[in-house]
Amino acid sequence: MAELLSVRRLEVSFVTEQGVARVLDRISLDIAPGEVVGLVGESGCGKTTLARAILGILPAAGQIHGGEIVLKGRDLLREDPGVINDHVRGRAITFIPQDPFSSFNPLFSVGTQIMDLMKWKSPRRARGNESTRTGSTLWPALLRGYPRARHRADLAAVLDVVRGVQIPEPAQALGRLPHEFSGGQRQRLMIAMALLPSPDLIIADEPTTALDVTIQAQILRLLRQLVKDRGVSVLFTTHDLGVAHEICDRIVVMYAGQEMEAAPTDAFFRRPAHPYTRRLLDSLPSPDAEIRDIPGEVPSLIDPPSGCRFHPRCDDATAECHTSLPPARAVGDEHDVRCHHPLDAPVETGA
Amino acid sequence: MSRTAARAPLLEVVDLVRHFPVRNAFGRRTGWLRAVDGVTLSVWPGETLGLVGESGCGKTTFGKTVMGIHAPTAGEIRFLGREIGRLPKGERRRIAKDLQYVYQDPGASLDPRWKIVHSLHEPLIIHTRLGRAEREAEVQAILRAVGLRDTHLHLYPHELSGGQQRRVGLARILTLRPRLVILDEPTSGLDVSVQASVLKLFRQLQSEFALTYLFISHDLAVVRTMCQRLAVMYLGKIVELGETRAVFAGPRHPYTQSLLAAVPRIGGPRVTQEFALEGEPPNPRDVPSGCRFRTRCPLAKDVCAAEEPPLRDVGGRHVACHFA
Repeated sequence: MAELLSVRRLEVSFVTEQGVARVLDRISLDIAPGEVVGLVGESGCGKTTLARAILGILPAAGQIHGGEIVLKGRDLLREDPGVINDHVRGRAITFIPQDPFSSFNPLFSVGTQIMDLMKWKSPRRARGNESTRTGSTLWPALLRGYPRARHRADLAAVLDVVRGVQIPEPAQALGRLPHEFSGGQRQRLMIAMALLPSPDLIIADEPTTALDVTIQAQILRLLRQLVKDRGVSVLFTTHDLGVAHEICDRIVVMYAGQEMEAAPTDAFFRRPAHPYTRRLLDSLPSPDAEIRDIPGEVPSLIDPPSGCRFHPRCDDATAECHTSLPPARAVGDEHDVRCHHPLDAPVETGA
Repeated sequence: MSRTAARAPLLEVVDLVRHFPVRNAFGRRTGWLRAVDGVTLSVWPGETLGLVGESGCGKTTFGKTVMGIHAPTAGEIRFLGREIGRLPKGERRRIAKDLQYVYQDPGASLDPRWKIVHSLHEPLIIHTRLGRAEREAEVQAILRAVGLRDTHLHLYPHELSGGQQRRVGLARILTLRPRLVILDEPTSGLDVSVQASVLKLFRQLQSEFALTYLFISHDLAVVRTMCQRLAVMYLGKIVELGETRAVFAGPRHPYTQSLLAAVPRIGGPRVTQEFALEGEPPNPRDVPSGCRFRTRCPLAKDVCAAEEPPLRDVGGRHVACHFA
C-alpha cells in the first residue's frame, strides 16, 4: 500500500529546566490515503507532540533529532520552509484543534476568519504568480490582496462546506460572532475550516473531548461521513478508546513516546497483543462493577526507562525488555506490535 | 442496598428550585435562568446515587445548592431529618462537617501557595478542637487511606499530578469524617488508567469510612460502574430515576435512551453511525413549554407541548414522559 504519510524513527526532545525530556523515541507511523488512524494514549505520552511535529509547529523548546516525516514521497523535515508554508501546512495537512472555545478570535465574525484562511490557503490559490518560493515574502504578499474572482469562488465553496457541516442558514451564520455559536457548532465550523483547503490529511487533536456525549456522537458521525466522502485521511488523537473505536479504521497506541501497537480497529479490540494495550482496555469502566487499574506511574521522560518504556509496569517483563527496544513485529494482518513477549489470546467478549 | 421503611434517607430534597436572574448591561433583570427547576430525590445511607446529564442541565447547580453554596429559590433540603436550606450561617457551617463537596477541578480548589500539609490541617482547625499533635496523627491516617506518602505533605499543589491532586482533595474532606460526600465530576480530565485507580479509591474509602456519595458526572460508563441508583437530568429537571442496572438495561425516557445510545461501545458496531438525536439542548433561559425534551424528542406529540409530564412511577422506576 502506498502510504500518504509515513513517519520513520522520529526523535523529538524538549529542553526543560529539569533536563532534556525525550518526548518521542524513534516513533514510526503510517497513514494510507483515505484512512482514519487513531493515535491513542494517555496524557503526556507524546500524541500532541507528534501531531505538532508533523505540522511543523513544535514549540521553540522542542527539537527534532532524527528520523523523517515523508508526505507523498517528500521528506518534510528537509523541505524548504517556504514550500512547507505554501503547500503543506494548512493546505495538504490541516488541523482541528481540541478546544473550539478558544480557537476563534472572539472579536471577528466567523465569516471574516474563514475568509482570512481562504485568502492564504484556498485550493484555488494559483501557485505561480501569487506565491513565491521563499518564506520571507509576507508583506509584499499582503499588499497583493485578494483577487475578486477567487474571493467569489472561495465564498461559494465556504457556503457549501458550512452547509455540509450542518450549520443552519450558512449565509447569515458567517456574519455572526463566535460566542453566538454553541460548542458543538463551533467544532462543526472548525471541521469546515479543516476541509476547505482540500487537504490530503487532517490532524484532529482530541476534537470531541470538550463536548457532551450526544454532541460528540453527532460530530463523530459527521466527521467520518465527510472524510469518507472526500477521501481525506485523518490522524485522530484521543485518549478515549471508545471514541477511537467509533471513528478509526486503524489504531496506534502510544506510551511514553513510543508506539506500542498498531492494528486495524477490529483486530485491535479483539486481539490486543501488547500488555499495555490489554491493561488500558481493562482499565475502562466495565458493567461488571470491577475496577482494574494499571499499577505504577507513567515514567518521567527526562530519565526514561531503558529498552521498552513500559517494562517497569509490565507483568511479563524480562531482562531483554530492560535492555533493548523491541522491534515492530507482525502478529496479524497489518497488526504490528513492539513487544518482546506479545500476548496472543483474544479478549473474552465482555461488553 | 435493600432499603427498609425503617431507615430514613440521609438527604431528602423536595421540589428544589434554583433560578438565577439574567441581567442586561444596566443591571436590570431581563429574565430567569432556570438552572434547577423542581428536583425531588432522596439519598439513602451507604448508597452511591449518580446524577447524570449534559453540561448545562443543572447538575452542578443542584449539588452546590444542596451544599449551601447557592441559596435555594424554593423547595426543601432535609439532611439527617433537618431542613438545612435556610439556616443561619453559623448553624449551616456546623452541618458542613457531615456534608462535604469535592470540586470538579482539585488543582484549582487547592490554594497554590499552601503546602499540602497546610491544606489538610485547615478543615480540622475550623471544625474541631483537636490539638496540633492530634491533628497530625489524624492527617497521617487519612493520608495513608488515600494512598499518598508523607513526602507529599511538603509539596505545593502544582508539584502533584492530576490523580494525586484528587487524592489530596479527598483527604481534605475525609479528615472531618463526613456522612455524605458530593462528588462533582470526580474523574473528568483524568486518563483511563488514573481514573480506574481513583474510582477504586472511592470504593475503598466508601467502605472504610461508611460514606454515602452523590456522584455527579456526565460519564455514563463511570456512573454505571460506581452507582447503585441513577438520576438523569435534563434542563433542570429529573427525567428518569431508578436502579442503575435497570435503567441501563431498558431506559424508559427518550432522553435517557438517546444518552445511552450516544456512548461509544467497544467491540461491536459503531453506535454513532446510527445515532439519531439531532440538535442541542435549548437555552435554560428559554425553556420549552410542556415537556422540556419535546424539541429534540422523536416521539413528541401535541400533548407534550401542552402539558409537562410529572415524574411518575413506571415499573419501580420514576419517569417523566407521557409515553413511558
